[in-house]
Amino acid sequence: MPTKPDTTATSPSGLGAPLVETRGLEVHFQLRGGAISRILGLDTGTVRAVDGVDLELRRGEVLGLVGESGSGKTTLGRALLGLAPATGGDIVYRKRGEDDPSAEQVVSRMNGRELRRLRTDLQMVFQDPHAALNPSMDIETAVGHPLKIHGIARGEALRELVRESLERVGLTPAEQFMRKHPADLSGGQKQRAVLARAIILDPEILVADEPVSMLDMSVRAKILQLMLDLKHELGLTYVYITHDLATAKFFCDRVAIMYLGRIIEIGPTDEIFADPKHPYTKALLAAIPEPDPRRMVPRNLPRGEIPDAASPPLGCAFHPRCPEAVAPCGWETRDLRVLLEEHWTRQDPSVFEREKELVGDLDHLDTPAKAGVLGKGSIARQVRELLDCIRNEDPADPLWSGVEQLEETRDGLRVTFRPGHDPRLRRSGGVEVACVLHPEPVTPGPGTPDSPA
Amino acid sequence: MSERPSTGSAPGDDVLSVRDLRVWYGTEKGAVRAVDGVSFDLRKGEILGLVGESGCGKSTLGRGLLGLLPAGAARDGEVLFKGTDLLSVPPDRMHRMRGPQLGMIFQEPLTRLNPLMRISEHFEETLRQHRPGIGRDEIREVALEVLRVMGIPPTRYRSYPHEFSGGMRQRLMIALALVLKPAFVVADEPSTALDVLVEAQIIRILHDLRTDFDTSLLLITHNLGIIAEACDRVAVMYAGEIVEIGDAREVFSDPQHSYTRELLRSTISLSTTGLNFIPGAPPDLVDPPPGCHFHPRCPDAMEVCRSTHPVQRVHPNGVRAQCWAADVRDEVPEVASVDTTPLAREEISVADEA
Amino acid sequence: MSTVARRALHRLSSPFRQTTGFARWILLSGLVIVAFFVLVAMLAPWIAPYDFAQTRTDAGERIPKAAPPSAQHWLGTTSFGNYDVFSRVVWGCRTALQVVFTAVLLSLFLGVPLGVVSGFLGGWLDRILVLVMDALYAFPSLLLAIVFSFLLSDQLGGGVISAGVALTVIYVPQYFRVVRNTTVSAREATYVEAARAIGARNHTIMGRYLFGNVIQSVPVIGTLNAADAIGTLAALGFLGIGIQPGDAAEWGYDLQRALPDASAGIWWTGVFPGLAIVLLVTGLTLVGEGLNETMNPTLRRRRLRPFTLPPRGAVAMQAGKGQVDL
Repeated sequence: MPTKPDTTATSPSGLGAPLVETRGLEVHFQLRGGAISRILGLDTGTVRAVDGVDLELRRGEVLGLVGESGSGKTTLGRALLGLAPATGGDIVYRKRGEDDPSAEQVVSRMNGRELRRLRTDLQMVFQDPHAALNPSMDIETAVGHPLKIHGIARGEALRELVRESLERVGLTPAEQFMRKHPADLSGGQKQRAVLARAIILDPEILVADEPVSMLDMSVRAKILQLMLDLKHELGLTYVYITHDLATAKFFCDRVAIMYLGRIIEIGPTDEIFADPKHPYTKALLAAIPEPDPRRMVPRNLPRGEIPDAASPPLGCAFHPRCPEAVAPCGWETRDLRVLLEEHWTRQDPSVFEREKELVGDLDHLDTPAKAGVLGKGSIARQVRELLDCIRNEDPADPLWSGVEQLEETRDGLRVTFRPGHDPRLRRSGGVEVACVLHPEPVTPGPGTPDSPA
Repeated sequence: MSERPSTGSAPGDDVLSVRDLRVWYGTEKGAVRAVDGVSFDLRKGEILGLVGESGCGKSTLGRGLLGLLPAGAARDGEVLFKGTDLLSVPPDRMHRMRGPQLGMIFQEPLTRLNPLMRISEHFEETLRQHRPGIGRDEIREVALEVLRVMGIPPTRYRSYPHEFSGGMRQRLMIALALVLKPAFVVADEPSTALDVLVEAQIIRILHDLRTDFDTSLLLITHNLGIIAEACDRVAVMYAGEIVEIGDAREVFSDPQHSYTRELLRSTISLSTTGLNFIPGAPPDLVDPPPGCHFHPRCPDAMEVCRSTHPVQRVHPNGVRAQCWAADVRDEVPEVASVDTTPLAREEISVADEA
Repeated sequence: MSTVARRALHRLSSPFRQTTGFARWILLSGLVIVAFFVLVAMLAPWIAPYDFAQTRTDAGERIPKAAPPSAQHWLGTTSFGNYDVFSRVVWGCRTALQVVFTAVLLSLFLGVPLGVVSGFLGGWLDRILVLVMDALYAFPSLLLAIVFSFLLSDQLGGGVISAGVALTVIYVPQYFRVVRNTTVSAREATYVEAARAIGARNHTIMGRYLFGNVIQSVPVIGTLNAADAIGTLAALGFLGIGIQPGDAAEWGYDLQRALPDASAGIWWTGVFPGLAIVLLVTGLTLVGEGLNETMNPTLRRRRLRPFTLPPRGAVAMQAGKGQVDL
């Protein structure tokens, strides 16, 4: 019976330079604005799909990139292969067996021709097996096409290599499958064909983008097992992109949790799952539905949803949803709007009408800023009372720790927030976390001098 | 371990009573037996999870119950909804029942909402359809109330669907489905297209439907985790039949049918230490294997499994299943005379596999 | 038969096998009509008793002027030039199909590749081409045909080729637009990205990966264009442009010359060419619409056969099913 891979046998040696390294990698996409903004040349905003990622991929390991939609994991995977253009930072690749720094190849600055040569070393497995194969090509042509493109083999030699590749992924008898078209295969078989095509060039690195999430449960295990076998037989290194923490836990040596274009926690799988530090990681783990009927539906989950990547929250990107947020997390006017709206979901419509009159139109709060004005000058006091009332309903709401000042002005009630900052990855225990709460400040014990906060 | 909230209803409070429902399609390859003799009950305020892999017929079952099948599909059997047989209800009356009595929640919310209509207009359309003469203010009141329960703030009442995020849209769909307080709702993979955290939020909303709306829910999904967390009872579907149905705790802790057991074993969860899978692929619904449809892939298969279709039995733990191996295990008297020699397993080649 | 040939035949005949009912009826009747005309065109030298500009019989007699249909002249004779109407119609059929065939093929060869390249590469090339094609498309087609006919008749004379090329211009934008739009959406498909991931170059991607998957609409457009081309060619001939009388027979020209005959009670000179035009256009349109019904996925409804469930007893006994009361 197949068992969990023996991590000691496959764990990265840690010797020598990493296989792939990214330094401050950025992939930004320009948003296409409406006609007017294009004519006038206005800035229509950028989506920072990958926003400053430093990553090391070590030979022989399986690195998991875990995140939800908008986290940038898919874009990062594609950028590693040169399929998505890096708008900033570098991706450096060192070929197998060459530790000489001059043998580095900077993927992010390669042109088309050089990138194509690199395809023999870096390959990809896609999420949707039904879409990843050309519907009008039969399997033999599809799987053998990489060989043809790079001029590695032709004719009977090519067919032999295709046969070998198909058998390696378990599509036997190979002859039977070579004639078929994708429409004739099941989901699992298609994914095997995609794997066959990916390994036929004998690559070093395989980026697998959600390879099993579109397959049935009973088939997932088969494909994952196949991928593990291929790793051992061919000495592959994997980047495993998924939103499913359960398969990541099983499959990966190291896991990087991503949120809105950044890695917010990264470390060995065991550590991350045994002792998650970042509140987002904790939430993800709590939210995974487990087939254990003793579990109830989790109730203390972060509110809200993934924010718009074109205008991320100020400070820490997760702070609007974070149950453990504190003062310097980057509070802003949009959080105020969310607070008011949530308050109203708990009230009667008549109360909502009355209070809405007080605070006026909230659309101006959607522009991110550290201070905002509610209501009008004449009713600033009532607005303040309203806010106090809301605060009393739930004093523990983290937003209040971020409010610096409430001031009654001529224009209304002015709410000012404390300055916040965007945390970078820092070492905390065995992992790296991007959270102001970690590493936890050392509490001074008896006899030790006071440590600065 | 916290107590599951009791539904507070007695047997006989059945909202839905399905007996031997069949939904077959005719295609050029032959008749597709998408639903082939399904029977179950749904009590008031209960959540029944319907789980199965792709191609088992669970979506067809959900739609078949509500009469949302394409023209050309044939149904027979009995679907008693509060005493009325839905199969004999004429289409226009069926149409009037959808909304106030029956509801459906689909997988992809964006495609089900009209992008040119504001949320308020969606509610107006729905409510006016079934309560003609209702005034705009009353509509607003009812709508804001249901939106409030869903956690959608009243400030968004005049927004358009595309201004909402994915999870909000799904909540909106649920709100529209529930605004008339139907007694029975089918949710077909409601959270599959959503992110993990949002999925948990939606499942929580569905779980609370019984208290907030007094609704019975049929939750169709392929995700066993959701079933375990949110459902009172679970029905496992394979090749158009319900192979096992019972209390969720019982089914998960002590599965009777071999498919249920194998499915649970092959589910990858945070506690998985080894990879298990079921050899072979789900059967073709046009010509399923004779006897027990699962026998070609079952590790416990016996001769009788190939020759005779298993009999539905209620097991000591209250779970109903149809499995010869389970019957033999329980030493049911009727199996004394059947052939229990284990089936010679041919190696299932990948050609037949998924 | 080798597997390749069998497979090709299988794919070509799939529209016919997949059609049912109405769509099949349309397609078949259209094909019958078109096949008939094609046969007539191909066998013209053997079918037509006279040449298209022949005014004397082989025996040397003059062909009578405006003679009604008779045993010697099945469809009568014309009042201009004294030609045999039947021969004129048959030769006209050949002309029409030659011109239309040329035009449709040429516009295909121009429009489809341009559409794929433009859709795939995008950028300024795409913008310019779309602009040009839209401009061409916006012109009334007959006007465009007239203009090009004039321009080309200087270089290429008044024959089939010239008319064919003139018509080409009208139809290129249609193929271009449809193929370009399909390509723009297809290029986002995963298999295209997969092709890039394995290192395919742009021309490989366009040729091997995109091409086969974006041309589904082309057969429909082709047949409908052909139908339109017949009409446009006839219009050109009617106006005295395009095919010159000395180069080939043309139905439209015959119609124009038959105009004065109507008041004189001479019906056969106008009716038969007119009928030929109508029939051929109808036939081609039927083929086009029939193909559309089958190949257009949005129009195509799920092919469910009408169905009745077998009685339970029969099924139960076969499967050995048992039921327990719940």
